[in-house]
Amino acid sequence: MNHALHIAWKDLKTEFRTKQMLNSMIIFSLLVIIIFSFSFADFLTDQKLITMVAPGILWISFLFAGMLGLSRSFAGEKEEGCLDGLKLCPCERTSLFEGKVISSTVLMFIMELFTIPLFIILFDYTITGIPLLVLIILLGTLGFMFVGTLLSALTVNTRTREILLPVIIFPVIIPVIISSVTATSKILTGAGFANITEEIQILVIYDIIFFIVAQLVFEYVIED
Amino acid sequence: MALISIEELYKSFGNFRVLQDINLEVEKGDFVTIFGPNGAGKTTLVKILATLVSPTRGSVVINGFDVREKPIEVRRSIGVISHDTYLYHELTAVENLRFYGKMYEIKHIEERIRDVISRVGLAHRGNHRVGTFSRGMKQRLSIARAILHNPVILLLDEPYTGLDQHASALFDKIMQQPGTEHTTRIMISHDIERGLKLCNRALILNNGSFVHEVIRDKISSIEEYRGIYEHLVTGK
Repeated sequence: MNHALHIAWKDLKTEFRTKQMLNSMIIFSLLVIIIFSFSFADFLTDQKLITMVAPGILWISFLFAGMLGLSRSFAGEKEEGCLDGLKLCPCERTSLFEGKVISSTVLMFIMELFTIPLFIILFDYTITGIPLLVLIILLGTLGFMFVGTLLSALTVNTRTREILLPVIIFPVIIPVIISSVTATSKILTGAGFANITEEIQILVIYDIIFFIVAQLVFEYVIED
Repeated sequence: MALISIEELYKSFGNFRVLQDINLEVEKGDFVTIFGPNGAGKTTLVKILATLVSPTRGSVVINGFDVREKPIEVRRSIGVISHDTYLYHELTAVENLRFYGKMYEIKHIEERIRDVISRVGLAHRGNHRVGTFSRGMKQRLSIARAILHNPVILLLDEPYTGLDQHASALFDKIMQQPGTEHTTRIMISHDIERGLKLCNRALILNNGSFVHEVIRDKISSIEEYRGIYEHLVTGK
């Protein structure tokens, strides 16, 4: 685990110095929220309609912005052959996966911290159920990162990785998207923990499955 | 017992055979240079030794550890210097070394960084970002990175690529400094003159097989060796 933390720390230090990915992710997610709020301006008074579509908009902004970060997660390591440098280190290759998940998740959480307040203001939500919302965002984000990091490693040696990654990732994370959107919608309309246990179960099981799958296959995925 | 022992090594990518029936024993302290044209399989061979690529068949034992069974121990035993520097442009020279030092779990890391960075003559640029370095400086820092964990074996894959004459000469000088001169080294090179100057044994790899091997002292002149190389590789 120490090796994973060293990799994550290195990634975050590099990112906070350049802010290349973080700035793009934050600006992109804010733009998505703003564009959708303008598009639905005429319906903003129809609380029932907005309640139905707004959680989907929130998760679209999270996932699309997160995709920007994921596509650079391993691609950035190709410069100066750093990926080989990491693979040469005397540690399990899964440390590389875990380190990348940690750094990408931290960046995604920062982006989400900027996005949620704007979403609440523009879609006129009252702030309720914050602990539950944080839980769902945590589980949804982790599921997205486990799959996304694995597939990002898989596509790193392909020329069309930026195009290929979203095409192969979204079909795989459909259970995460549906469960996260449904749970978010319920939380924003005042539902409690008992009403979202089904979604939480799906997200937890999905996260566990893909964490284990990644641990088993990452060694082969990352080999030249 | 040889420090590096390769027996009947084969490597294929799909139906394409890159290496076939490679046998090689390298003793402690040897400096072996492997010459060969593009596509001969040199880099694949080094990648197998470095545990970056798995062999299809055969046995590769480094410092007593099989590359398939004990890859982590093998990685602890080797340092790799390539035309890629494995350095992060946004981190300073010291931060790069500190990161790799932590990954290799080096004790007294700051002391070790001060030692290796002064050996490659970059102590005065330690707190500068690697992105501001020239190609030669990056390659010198890459040597510091490779020897940071005191490896018993150095694998050098085309280390002169992109270096001017001055930087190449400086590279040779660092490689012969105390602390690195007794390390066992395998170098891949196109540069026959420079490759022969440093080694005590030279091999030619062509079409995935070793086609020539000679002790350095048995070579009377570089021209003679160049002639042998041209004949074996191009058939002229």
